[in-house]
Amino acid sequence: MVCYAQLKHDGVAMTETDDILIKIRGLKFARGERWIFDDIDLDIPRGKITAIMGPSGTGKTTLLRLVGGQLRPMAGTIEMGGKNIPKLRVSELYALRRQMGMLFQSGALLTDLNVYENVAFPLREHTKLPESLIHHLVLMKLQTVGLRGARHLMPSELSGGMARRVALARSLVTDPTMMMYDEPFTGQDPISMGVLVRLIRSINDALGLTSILVSHDVHETLSIADKVYVISNGKVVGVGSPEELKNSDSDWVKQFVNAESDGPVPFHYPAPSYEQELLGDAA
Amino acid sequence: MINQFQNLGRSTLDTFSKFGRSQIFLSHILAALGVLFTRFRLVIAQMYAVGVLSLSIILVSGLFVGMVLGLQLYNTLVNFGSTEILGAVIALSLVRELGPVITALLFAGRAGSALTAEIGLMKATEQLSAMEMMAVNPYKRVIAPRFLAGLFSMPLLAAIFSAVGVIGGYLIVVTVLRVDDGAFWSFMQASVEWREDILNGVIKSIVFGFVVTWIAVFEGYDCIPTSEGVSRATTRTVVYSSLSILALDFVLTAVMFGDI
Repeated sequence: MVCYAQLKHDGVAMTETDDILIKIRGLKFARGERWIFDDIDLDIPRGKITAIMGPSGTGKTTLLRLVGGQLRPMAGTIEMGGKNIPKLRVSELYALRRQMGMLFQSGALLTDLNVYENVAFPLREHTKLPESLIHHLVLMKLQTVGLRGARHLMPSELSGGMARRVALARSLVTDPTMMMYDEPFTGQDPISMGVLVRLIRSINDALGLTSILVSHDVHETLSIADKVYVISNGKVVGVGSPEELKNSDSDWVKQFVNAESDGPVPFHYPAPSYEQELLGDAA
Repeated sequence: MINQFQNLGRSTLDTFSKFGRSQIFLSHILAALGVLFTRFRLVIAQMYAVGVLSLSIILVSGLFVGMVLGLQLYNTLVNFGSTEILGAVIALSLVRELGPVITALLFAGRAGSALTAEIGLMKATEQLSAMEMMAVNPYKRVIAPRFLAGLFSMPLLAAIFSAVGVIGGYLIVVTVLRVDDGAFWSFMQASVEWREDILNGVIKSIVFGFVVTWIAVFEGYDCIPTSEGVSRATTRTVVYSSLSILALDFVLTAVMFGDI
């Protein structure tokens, strides 16, 4: 349903159509002479899980950093609730980030704080809530991720999966509007992966979040995503529901979804002629 | 030949670019100095990390430098029958020069390298990025408290170094070499002036503290976020800080005490 009503949600004026939270248009971004994104358009629907997939090095994490305002694009717009993120002033950007949660690939827990203090950190920074309320909120979030009993542990005492669940609790403690997950399944054992898959889906539905999930784990991602973008060589090469992608005719999408080694995504990084390099002028 | 010119041009551009980044970085720190009042506990915690934990090396070094100074000066002055001025010479050497300079060099090696490594690792493990995404300004939460702690700790450590150095000199000169106790202290009292000697020494140590801490936090924040990048940044902190201290010491000494 399209709703053009002017809504206010946590300070963000919703001037765009109500079903699109983030609208990316004509995005261009390069590192050195290599184009990471070459004029791409994306829509992140509100209340859904949108997966951004693609081979390693296609700029999936870069996209999250662009949405979070940590990087600025060369051209194009990234609008959230009608605000163009790259054009925001620092104070406006920080205000907007309070509505975003981000789960980093490494967890990015503060290593000098224990689990409890890590989860309490955003509350202590942004609110003046009494200690008793902070205690309750932190325990509730830790209970959600199943780590209430680990609150006294230090980050160095956690496994990779536990660290990501603590980081997830920390991201959720301020009740964001949107969550961004950067490769949440990488390097996880099957049990931890299953736990994370279930958590991401259930938290998104229970809290009414909008989620952006960056991953190249095809099976897990397609099992929970509502919409999927496949990116390769700086372009969107496929978009649709998981079922649509599985049945896609696109060679790019088929190669990625079916994990084929041969296809439009080259096995070799761009390089001069192999023959020329081995034989020199004699070639 | 063209490659050499290219490399020279690239390294020159890189150097200017880095200098520019360090200036912008400093402006961000200065804009965040309000944390001294709003996050005083963070500054105190960092003063413990960079100041109190540097005390042992400062105390030991100060004691031995004072003792060596006493021995060396005694061997020279005894030839002229002027050993009674040893107290004055030791105190002036320490307060004007050795206290601020050696403390700053030790501070760069102990606290400066630790600051760079800590901030560099926070960058490498995405802790700084996570703070930004939690709408927490890393300049206010991480950088400025460490910068202020270094700025405040350096003069205090230099004062402690000089005081312990004087005690080390006293132990050797008076206790071991039997120079007159009264002469040692009275010449020192008569020669060391508040503004000319002590205040100038304090100004030197503040300048060194500013420069060393700025280099340390900048190198950590600007490093390539890999283990090798952090390692190189830590080395650069010690090298750049040491060279800056020695060069600035000459400039400050010329302005304060020289006739240049």
